[in-house]
Amino acid sequence: MSSLLNLPAAELVTRLAAGDVTSAALTEECLAAISQRDSSVRAFLNVDVERSLAQARSIDARRAAGESIGILQGLPIAVKDLICEEGVSCTCASRMLENYISPYSAHVIERLRAAGAVLVGRANMDEFAMGSSGENSAFQVTANPWDLERTPGGSSSGSAAAVAGRLTPMSLGSDTGGSIRQPASLCGVVGLKPTYGRVSRYGLVAFASSLDQIGPFASDVHGAALLLEAMAGHDPRDSTSVDRPVPSYTNSLNEPLKGLRIGVAREHFAEGLDDEVAEVVRRALDVYRSLGAELIDIELPHSKYAVAVYYLIAPSEASSNLARYEGIHYGHRTEKAGSLADLYARSRGEAFGTEVKRRIMLGVYALSSGYYDQYYVKALKVRRLIRNDFDAAFAKVDVIAGPVTPSTAFKLGERTSDPMAMYLSDIYTIPANLAGIPGISIPAGLSPSGLPVGLQLQAAPFAEETLLRAARMFEAATDHHRLIPPMARS
Amino acid sequence: MSLTSEQVRKVASLARLELSDAELSDLGAKLGQTLDYVARLNELDTDGVEPLVHAIELSNVLRPDVLAPSLPRDRGLANAPRTDGKHFLVPAILEG
Repeated sequence: MSSLLNLPAAELVTRLAAGDVTSAALTEECLAAISQRDSSVRAFLNVDVERSLAQARSIDARRAAGESIGILQGLPIAVKDLICEEGVSCTCASRMLENYISPYSAHVIERLRAAGAVLVGRANMDEFAMGSSGENSAFQVTANPWDLERTPGGSSSGSAAAVAGRLTPMSLGSDTGGSIRQPASLCGVVGLKPTYGRVSRYGLVAFASSLDQIGPFASDVHGAALLLEAMAGHDPRDSTSVDRPVPSYTNSLNEPLKGLRIGVAREHFAEGLDDEVAEVVRRALDVYRSLGAELIDIELPHSKYAVAVYYLIAPSEASSNLARYEGIHYGHRTEKAGSLADLYARSRGEAFGTEVKRRIMLGVYALSSGYYDQYYVKALKVRRLIRNDFDAAFAKVDVIAGPVTPSTAFKLGERTSDPMAMYLSDIYTIPANLAGIPGISIPAGLSPSGLPVGLQLQAAPFAEETLLRAARMFEAATDHHRLIPPMARS
Repeated sequence: MSLTSEQVRKVASLARLELSDAELSDLGAKLGQTLDYVARLNELDTDGVEPLVHAIELSNVLRPDVLAPSLPRDRGLANAPRTDGKHFLVPAILEG
């Protein structure tokens, strides 16, 4: 019998809703897949077998009693280990929070539970979401299911690998500079970063508050639309969450967009993009042309400054957000404390990893007296220019299409000693975070060496419906999302 | 450029981070590389450009001033490395 986990999320939801499959049976398949394959993928930091089965059985019992289950219908979901769930550990893949148990649940966790999700486990990540390969986790290195010697990308390494390795049909990640879209691309799954403010950040451990957004991973566009629909919407506990109605993203998903105008930016195909990625992306643009879309040249002249802007703004915000880890209220506390000042410095020095220290230091430097205008304020001004580029582009086009990341999955260990090379893997994803616009990575096929390549679509603020419909048009015409890594075929 | 060990020590002190000698020298070099990279922003004339702090420019998000339950004390203290059940415990901050 072919595994249920090889089916796209859309089909699983239909079968659950019809009662053809129980949530308990599907959850058991996930747990079996995790026990068989996660020793080589290492996507999960923590899996609670009894609890997830209890959740699934309770959903099945409610369905049997004729109660309505939410739109997720009992689908098993993995959660990146930086989203708080009451009573569950939330480590951020850091020694700092190794023993931390969340005292409350994030808004998205409340929403997913209400929508009928089964939360099976906690996904690995780069420490405090700082990284592009997953290798900054303090606990384990997640492998790419397409090639276990390669990175799944990061920082949502475990969330992407769990879906690609067919361990769970969906997962939650967070995206500050590309941490959903880049791993989705490298793992050949769908990953969406919503508009800033579309999803509440209440209960998301903060990295860079003006850039962070929670978003979905799924094996198909329908799954991503469903998960976004379940969690989007206003929450007064996050003052940056925007009070706007949430459309049913799944209802309109299969309606092709007539007269779709797709922007293609020369800057996305400039030096630095690998030929094999460029080739797959160009073929994807041809698919859209064949579907009747109009391809329009646009310019994003300030996009080449985005990485520089990001590496001033994100560390500045991080240095402030991570000041809360001081060894007193929660988190690691040194055994060697002398004075209070020593307690702070030693607790932090002992428990933070190298990359987290680098970013805190960079942020403190950029914000320090004498450098604030030169670095931080300068970056905020260029951030405005980047946003203006997008505003001008979206006056002419509905979506912008291009690459997600310059290369296919690189080898584990290849870039760990060169932070700048690692930072540049987010060159095409960072601008969306700076501008606050939504972006999605969808599978666009395999490179000649057999590794997944993603296509990135970006849209104007709150145009997720357009973004998802445009993504679905491509998916329906190509079926790349049905490709499954050899190790996960059953 | 590379930051001097003096500069790195000063930033580490502001950041409340105790660093080993090896970390200090690695950070000096790596921070220097990043600062070299971000220097490209100086190519741009940004006079008169308003800084963009938040992508969605909301201001003064207000809520009614009403009492609501907050985290109970026991749950607030549950993750504390040292507590007496009522307070967070810290080393003495006054001499004598």
